[in-house]
Amino acid sequence: MTVTIRKLDELLQPPAAAESGLNTQEYYVNMGPQHPISHGSLRFVARLDGETVKQVLPAPGYVHRGIEKMCEHLSYRQTIHLTDRMDYFSALMGNWAVSKTVEKAAGIEVSERAQYIRTIMAELQRVQSHVLWWAVLGMDLGAFTPFLYGFREREIISDIFEETIGARLTMNYVQPGGVMYDIYPDFAAKVKKVVAYLKPKIEEYDTLLSGNVILQERLRNIGVLSQEKALAFGCTGPVLRASGVPLDLRKVDPYGVYAKADFNVAIGSRGDSWDRYYVRIQEMRESLKIVEQLIDNIPEGAHTTTKPNVKVKLPEGVHYGQLETSRGILGVTIVSDGKEASPYRMHFRSPNYCNLWTITELAPGWRIADVIAILSSLDLVIPELDR
Amino acid sequence: MHEIALRILLAAGAPPKTIAERAADALPSDPLLAAALIGGAMIGVLTFLTLLGLVLIYAERKISAHFQCRLGPMRVGPHGILQTVADTVKLLCKEDIVPTRGDQPMHLLAPFLSLGATVLVLLVIPYSPLLHVADMNIGVLYVTAISGFGVMGILLGGWSSNNKWALLGAMRSGAQIISYEISATLALLVVVLFAGTMSLRGIVESQEAGWWIWRAHGVGIVSFIVYLIASTAEINRTPFDIPEGESELTAGFHAEYSGLRFSFFFLAEFINMFVVAALASTLFLGGWMPFHIGRLAGFNQVMDLLPGGGWFFLKVSSIIFLLMWFRWTFPRLRVDQLMRLEWKILLPIGFVNLLVASFVVLYNFYPFPTEITLP
Repeated sequence: MTVTIRKLDELLQPPAAAESGLNTQEYYVNMGPQHPISHGSLRFVARLDGETVKQVLPAPGYVHRGIEKMCEHLSYRQTIHLTDRMDYFSALMGNWAVSKTVEKAAGIEVSERAQYIRTIMAELQRVQSHVLWWAVLGMDLGAFTPFLYGFREREIISDIFEETIGARLTMNYVQPGGVMYDIYPDFAAKVKKVVAYLKPKIEEYDTLLSGNVILQERLRNIGVLSQEKALAFGCTGPVLRASGVPLDLRKVDPYGVYAKADFNVAIGSRGDSWDRYYVRIQEMRESLKIVEQLIDNIPEGAHTTTKPNVKVKLPEGVHYGQLETSRGILGVTIVSDGKEASPYRMHFRSPNYCNLWTITELAPGWRIADVIAILSSLDLVIPELDR
Repeated sequence: MHEIALRILLAAGAPPKTIAERAADALPSDPLLAAALIGGAMIGVLTFLTLLGLVLIYAERKISAHFQCRLGPMRVGPHGILQTVADTVKLLCKEDIVPTRGDQPMHLLAPFLSLGATVLVLLVIPYSPLLHVADMNIGVLYVTAISGFGVMGILLGGWSSNNKWALLGAMRSGAQIISYEISATLALLVVVLFAGTMSLRGIVESQEAGWWIWRAHGVGIVSFIVYLIASTAEINRTPFDIPEGESELTAGFHAEYSGLRFSFFFLAEFINMFVVAALASTLFLGGWMPFHIGRLAGFNQVMDLLPGGGWFFLKVSSIIFLLMWFRWTFPRLRVDQLMRLEWKILLPIGFVNLLVASFVVLYNFYPFPTEITLP
């Protein structure tokens, strides 16, 4: 296999005379690294003809911290806290992905109780992540009020995490063999209260934003991602499901205790921005359904099977594990030499990175404002994309 | 109350006059009084402008806060009333940055153009029977012309900044105002047809028997709604805030402005909102006329207790509240959708509405009594 590395300058075509026939010229603008759309530091180079987008190229790398390299010097337990700093809206799921891979490779048993706690926490986090995405999408499309509505709900879920875990954003909770701390006795009651509070709020989101004719005009039939294109780009998560592919690891390859919960996988039909929008709204409802079903059945037992200071050694070889974060499939590849208690090489398959590149296909032909809408519907988390 | 005031003035042999008229009357005999009147009016308008800016910005913050389940400014002064003052001081102290490679004179001039246009409109608005700086026989035309002038400031500001985002915002603004000006003017023309005058005072007085929004047979309501939509677009507020387009164009036309000059644009935007609300209430909601229902004399007397100025500001603030409600609820339209809304929807409605209105006026098809019942 040969890989050709091309610089950004080579990929960008020189600005041409505009197609409109007017005596104008195409021009380049930099969207980012400091731009309200790049929620973080992400740079897009856009070639425009007036308001119409001709070409968009992402230039990521502004938040690259070398997390994969850092992992090579840390024990498996220590790598987990770096996964919080990748997709910080799915911190628990990042933890879980590493733990799952390590558990499978080292043959560590996980108690039923820990699996229940992990699943409930992960689903709460999925709701939290989607709530935040909804809030930010509203702001990207010019409606500021959803932003604060979203944060109101996010706080309530964060309170649950804070009580059990001690952190609100970078949680570092799931570890190989279980979870870091056991839940409090009133955990179930509190979660039930939160779920009861969130359910009507999601309906409120529909009345505030989803039903709005302007929002529908801005999202419907904009940035249509066909099934073939979505699969070719390696899209996962809501972006792929909106294009009509029912790939959800929670159903296809159940982990945790998802097999015990009854839920549906939301899929779209057209793959436009609206489908990506509504698939996530639907996912919030499904996640709450999962939490509701599991919360009463948390079995008694130990929350973890490993000692905190134990150094796990993996057998020699390549180990892979994956799970469904709120943005898609996060894959963890660990290459172990079988001697050290830290990985020889560690690699993350980032769902955002694949989703990001669809913008090069989706944006051309639309207006600048549509680029914003499409990017927002892709729900990118930049630190995870750059790692 | 306004009737009582009118009666007193009529009895004293002095019909209600604008400040300009009074100054003109006083000029031959007492030039000093004339100068005092004109000077007073100028200072008054400037004070009003400042106060209006403070109040509107505070109101916007508080109202948006309560829409968004928060409190808004609470720290500076009781319930944060002095927050805007503090912010103004902060803006005054900020460095005034002009892009080195921008067109400097134009960049400096633009905010003044924007604010100047709105101040000139404030002069002709009849605030109450007694408080009216100047009246013109072409009042409506003047208002339309001058408020359209404000876009020059935005265009120049965006263009002279030498910034692609600012230029995009400015061009959007130009296209938007040229388009929506037509619909707004068509809506205003309906009222001019009914009132038979372009003078704003004349229009207010023609609504003695009922506000044009009701009395003009449905065409009034249609033109009121068209005017409200078109003028929201003219003053660049959500859902039509594409020239600013914060999430797309960073800040649009004022991306390169800072300090005092930015605050001029900001102030102009808020004063524009007042101007739009004031025009809508003058033309459609009877200006300073109180709310009367036919022959319900008792009810009408209760309504008369509030003086004309009070009615005017009540109407204006309701419309301003409506505009703020729009802003904090709706997402933003895309630029081509905005143009479609104007050229394919609002403009045909406006033309048909004007046609219907002219038929109504031509064949004198009024169900309500039109005679003015003054002593």
